[in-house]
Amino acid sequence: MSFDAHVCENGHVTYPGHTLCPECGAKQTETLDLSGRTGEVVTWTKSTATPPGVRAPNTIAIVQFDLGGEDLTDDYVRAVGQVTTEAVETGDAVEPVYAEELRDPEAGIKVPESQEWDGYRFESV
Amino acid sequence: MTVAVIGASMTKFGERDAWIRELIAQAGEAALDDAGVEPADVDHLYVSNMASGEFEGQGGIMNALAHDLGLMPAYSERVDQTSSSGGAGIYEAWQSIASGASDMTLLVGGEKMTHRSTAESTDIIASITHPAEYKHGLTLPSFAGMTARHYLERFDAPRDSLAKVAVKNHKNGVDNPHAQFRKEIDEETALESPIVADPLRLYDFCPITDGSSGLVFTTEEKAKEITDDYAVVSGIAGATDTHVVHERDDPTVMGGVVDSSDMAYEMAGIGPDDIDVAELHDMFTILEFLQMEGCGFAEHGEAWKQVEQGRTEKDGELPINTSGGLKSKGHPLGASGVAQGYEIYKQLVGEAGPRQVEADTGLACNVGGFGNCVITTIMEAR
Ligand SMILES: [Zn+2]
Repeated sequence: MSFDAHVCENGHVTYPGHTLCPECGAKQTETLDLSGRTGEVVTWTKSTATPPGVRAPNTIAIVQFDLGGEDLTDDYVRAVGQVTTEAVETGDAVEPVYAEELRDPEAGIKVPESQEWDGYRFESV
Repeated sequence: MTVAVIGASMTKFGERDAWIRELIAQAGEAALDDAGVEPADVDHLYVSNMASGEFEGQGGIMNALAHDLGLMPAYSERVDQTSSSGGAGIYEAWQSIASGASDMTLLVGGEKMTHRSTAESTDIIASITHPAEYKHGLTLPSFAGMTARHYLERFDAPRDSLAKVAVKNHKNGVDNPHAQFRKEIDEETALESPIVADPLRLYDFCPITDGSSGLVFTTEEKAKEITDDYAVVSGIAGATDTHVVHERDDPTVMGGVVDSSDMAYEMAGIGPDDIDVAELHDMFTILEFLQMEGCGFAEHGEAWKQVEQGRTEKDGELPINTSGGLKSKGHPLGASGVAQGYEIYKQLVGEAGPRQVEADTGLACNVGGFGNCVITTIMEAR
């Protein structure tokens, strides 16, 4: 599995992808794998009141990946996800780590088959 | 056509034995009573509700209510816009009168939630998030935690300033007989309560609530025949922002608040300085800052200073959440936006009792999701 951001014909980058680019309305035609890159924590929280099937506490961060110097219109793309440890600070450098199951698919309100449950957590480097 | 509000109701918010059908029937009947309108006079009925199916397994509640109040053959429709369903209902009701499709419209908002556990309710609400967010266990409170941290760090706002929002709204709620909590709290209690989504604690969040609220709309022409005390909807607009929260350029700006309030001001021909009283969607304390700034009551990053200075207290220059806000009044999702309208209407017609402030113009900002969709309504006294 890759950690795909999506790129439109005009070089705007989003994570996750959309049918049409939210910035300009063009089709998203390419992907950009964020795994193997290092990002920076923009903000984070440690949630103690979690829904069924979610680990508690659940530390989550918004992470920004720098795209400067690449042949793209956007300078950065952000993603959100669980942090592997409870200790994290704003400004920390983190990298994506694959996890097969981020929460128990059977425990929540969504039909388990309606979406995928694996993805990338963030780990401090 | 100018649209008038001629009656309003709000049932007791809190833990109620009544289920959704009974809750909305109570608010509907009470709103018609308050307006002095007969069921046969109602042309359109709107029911604001986010999730009666998910919470209770009850669908089609607009037809149930039309029959239970004897409104046939009135057109009926359920309005779901998540947490801003109530505001969206005001927008639908306004459109129905403004377009000439209806001469008399009843709007009822309601939600029954407390029979579910906190974890289940949180998950029902979190189901509105994008799969990329949901699978990580993100909840609306966790968005609030991340936004609050970013706001406090970036604008050097003291943590106490968030607690002051909770203290103020609890204080206001004491004078609201329909509020879920009618108890003052001190800053220490708020700051020492259990962590829910760090740096936010229990008292930064509104409770889970059952309740309902109603409003009656008609043309200004007809309103004059019925009553001397009415209000008009002088500005109303809705807007959306990104579904995926982290895709916003600035985590401390809710674009839907900025856009909907800009449009509402333009329609009313007034600005933020003309507002005398406001009901903001304080689902989380940090949202009161974001909406004060988005609605133009404060510069970006400076709302906390006004709260610290007491400007938003009931006896301040711009009272915010005289009703107690969602924080102490409670937040029955589909009812909340209608109840904001109830408070503004009662303030404008001078029927707010011990909560009464001096006000000719009021604003209500109703936020859905984490700023995903927003309705701003401006009412003026006549
Ligand atoms: Zn684009």
